[in-house]
Amino acid sequence: MKNLNTIKLLAVLFISTITLSSCSDSHDDDDHEHGEELITTVTYTLTNGNDVVTLTFKDLDGEGGLDGTTTISGPLKANTTYTGAVSFLNETESPAENITEEVMAEGDEHEVFYTTTVSSLTISKTDDDKNGDPLGIETSVTTSNAATGTITIVLIHEPLKPNNGNSTSAGGSTDAEVTFAVQITQ
Amino acid sequence: MIKYFFCFVFMCCFFTIVNAQNCTYTFKGKVTDFHDSTPIAGASLHILNSNIYTTSDFDGKFEFKNLCEGKIVVEIKHISCDTKRVTINVNKNIYKEILLEHHTNELNEIIVKTNSKTEKTSVEQLVKKNVINNFTDKSLGDALNTISGVSSLNTGNTIVKPMIHGLHSSRLLIINNNVRMFDQEWGGEHAPNIDINSSGRIAVIKGANTLKYGSDAIGGLILIKPEKYAIKDSIFGSTITSFNTNGLGGNINSEIVKTYKSGYYAKMQANYKQFGDFNAPNYNLTNSGLRNINTSFRTGYNSYEKGFSAYYSYVNNEIAILQSSHIGNVNDLVKAINNKTPRVVEDLSYDINFPKQKIVHHLAKLEAYKRFKDLGKLSVQYDFQINRRREFDLRRGDLKNTPVIDLRLFTNSIQTDLEINYLKGFKINTGLLFRYQQNDAVAGTGTSPLIPDYNKYDAGIYTVANYTLNETSEISAGIRYDFSKIDAKKRYNLSDWNEKYNYNELFPEFEVSVNNTRILINPKFTFHNISASLGFSKSFLDDITLLANYGLASRVPNPSELFSDGLHHSAARIETGLLTINKEIANKFVASLEKSNANFGFTISPYYKHINGFVQLIPTGITTTIRGAFPVWEYNQINAQIFGLDLDVNKKISKYFNYIGNLSLLKGTNLSEEIPLIHMPSINFANTISYKNEDFNQLTIGLNERTVLQQNQFPDYNFTTFNAISQEDVFLDISSTPPTYTVFNFNSSMIFKAFKKGSLKLEFNIDNLFNVSYRENLNRLRYFANELGRNFNIKLKINY
Repeated sequence: MKNLNTIKLLAVLFISTITLSSCSDSHDDDDHEHGEELITTVTYTLTNGNDVVTLTFKDLDGEGGLDGTTTISGPLKANTTYTGAVSFLNETESPAENITEEVMAEGDEHEVFYTTTVSSLTISKTDDDKNGDPLGIETSVTTSNAATGTITIVLIHEPLKPNNGNSTSAGGSTDAEVTFAVQITQ
Repeated sequence: MIKYFFCFVFMCCFFTIVNAQNCTYTFKGKVTDFHDSTPIAGASLHILNSNIYTTSDFDGKFEFKNLCEGKIVVEIKHISCDTKRVTINVNKNIYKEILLEHHTNELNEIIVKTNSKTEKTSVEQLVKKNVINNFTDKSLGDALNTISGVSSLNTGNTIVKPMIHGLHSSRLLIINNNVRMFDQEWGGEHAPNIDINSSGRIAVIKGANTLKYGSDAIGGLILIKPEKYAIKDSIFGSTITSFNTNGLGGNINSEIVKTYKSGYYAKMQANYKQFGDFNAPNYNLTNSGLRNINTSFRTGYNSYEKGFSAYYSYVNNEIAILQSSHIGNVNDLVKAINNKTPRVVEDLSYDINFPKQKIVHHLAKLEAYKRFKDLGKLSVQYDFQINRRREFDLRRGDLKNTPVIDLRLFTNSIQTDLEINYLKGFKINTGLLFRYQQNDAVAGTGTSPLIPDYNKYDAGIYTVANYTLNETSEISAGIRYDFSKIDAKKRYNLSDWNEKYNYNELFPEFEVSVNNTRILINPKFTFHNISASLGFSKSFLDDITLLANYGLASRVPNPSELFSDGLHHSAARIETGLLTINKEIANKFVASLEKSNANFGFTISPYYKHINGFVQLIPTGITTTIRGAFPVWEYNQINAQIFGLDLDVNKKISKYFNYIGNLSLLKGTNLSEEIPLIHMPSINFANTISYKNEDFNQLTIGLNERTVLQQNQFPDYNFTTFNAISQEDVFLDISSTPPTYTVFNFNSSMIFKAFKKGSLKLEFNIDNLFNVSYRENLNRLRYFANELGRNFNIKLKINY
């Protein structure tokens, strides 16, 4: 009878789709490894001749998991001008992915901001994006008196450009924000 | 007018070999009523292509003599039935009982009754086709919002997720054309992938009559039903176009229906909708437009005795999400809340930029039914759905056009339903369900998937009985058992697995392999669910009915509650599910006192729900990442209660004026901590006064007012966070609720005769008449922007 045939057809359809989809279930277990655009490492390198100070923040398992770690190679010297360069890496990839290059390529959509609690420390941006607005990958850092405090580095995606140099009023969304404790010694 | 209903007869096929011409056979038989086997006297029987006639006697009996061997076609006619033909192979003396469907008028009545309610004891409310048409350019959630007790959880103004009595997502079942929707419905910002234009009418079941569809309707059930067509030769259709000034966009929807006297029918419907950026009263909501292409096709055959239907629908939604809602960390959120206006405001654009959602949903089903004498109606249905959800965020470099979430969910199920209705006053529905689901977190997103790959198997069995106690009262009772099994594959950070969650001790059996800092696990969960319902209805004089429902519902945790682990980009928060989450069990009571009368009617419906192991997602603190601080939201289980009252009133003021009002009261409590529940709708009410003049082109003018009071019952999950840039602690107020608001809407319409048979309906509407700026507590983007400003809308509907 027609209806019984329909029922049989439905049953066959159901069973075959189950079988088919179960067969295609041989998933590659390595399909979904960790984030490709993740920033795991922020390094701020300050150079004055042979005096190189690096400030590093590393969080290899990204958001969640273990907390990130901060490493500071040593104190800054008072009354010195350093050349600063910030780099953003994704070290979950091998070799590590250089996010700094992506940021520079899309310089008009990014900006790195620096704030510090140390009054005897000034940081000024020395590079520009294609529109001539500050980018902040390269900086010049000048110290005066001995002091201690923090430097906060913020990478903002799609900030208002040009802006007044303050990340709070530049809008956009934060891609990286790390804080380092620094010391300036005589 | 008598509808053209056919009286059907069992078809029998005899396969024997014809040998020689022999004209000595007799064909005897009896014509009886399909329902109760009583004989039908006076039916005329005619062998076609001959002049042999006979009539059934008082006992329904008839006889044809001296028939030749071969195939004959007998036409049977009776005064209250339409003509029916039976094919008989004559190769011996035959006795055959012919069953006629006798109660054509009664059948019509049954259809009218089922039009208004799924079950007599059900506490439910209906959205009719004319209301659906008003929302042609909006969404299912917007249309349901007009019902008391129903609200919505919104993401902007285009992603509208229905909420019944404060419950949404996995706690609401949405049944589209008898198919339960599976479209990653666990997500708060995942709206149902249903084109409202493809539905005939929508029922919202607040009570317990939901067992046929599942055990987990803790909130309730939304039943989207197709239209029913008269069985006659006809072709008709309609086209609606709509234009809106807010968003400078609109919608065009066309449908065409062909029906045949034989019982066959077919319907095609297609819809295209596009909007640019919407605007709030003082600014544009940059990146808030949408583009939808939907189409559906339905065909089938209907008769009293048997029938089938096939349905396919395709929904393709591309929805922009307010650009200003993309935030990087807690400081960005603080900035957004303090700024009061969105950070990105640009001129209107039709571009759908990032962030956005792109969803494609296919749904197909095949259903057949047959009525058996002295038993009832058996239906069998197979359905499948494919849902592909892609969410795009603002990303850098090569990943710009790569989604952060890419999920493909395949669902297919087979179900049977047997309706036993031959016993007078007693009706039983019983059925079986088997379902298989496969979720695939599509590779290549460059992120850890929020929801892992999994296979899910479900099986269910249910029985619901309805018994008519007497002319005015009816009771119903039902029970359902469900089995489900989830088999998933997922990676965790090894440190999270071992230290944070202690899963290495709780679930060592799930561990598969370790690769550096990551661990692959294979969780398997099995659940057994029992659910039950009880219903009672009693009618009194003056169109008054009293309904009472009790329901026991249990819900298996959804994949996000179990497996979420990581950054939810669109929400800028880290969401953590727990493998230890167990099922949720709810006891719910709903009563309803209803008076259905056009002059003065009302519905008063109090309800109470107690939910054991209520799964909620709440902010629990801050975690520091390389992006700065992020709020962490965790799933946990508590005991909860929700109670409230829904009130609807309609009153005819004069010949032309009519009043409709509704009020929803609700209170949700977290019993475990004795604090209010998060994200509960506040007290809201609506009043509508309308004028209708039937004699003047059915001129309708209406003014509607809707007020939502400030929600004062909310849990305080505010916290402070250290802002390294400003070197100070910042207070993050994510809990406080926006103030009370009132919005007025104006609508008007006229209907003109057009062409020979058709009509033309012209509508002019104004939403948010006074251009009020307000924010809604249940909008996920309320931290970033105001709701929509004034909108002028013109709609043109042509029936042909």
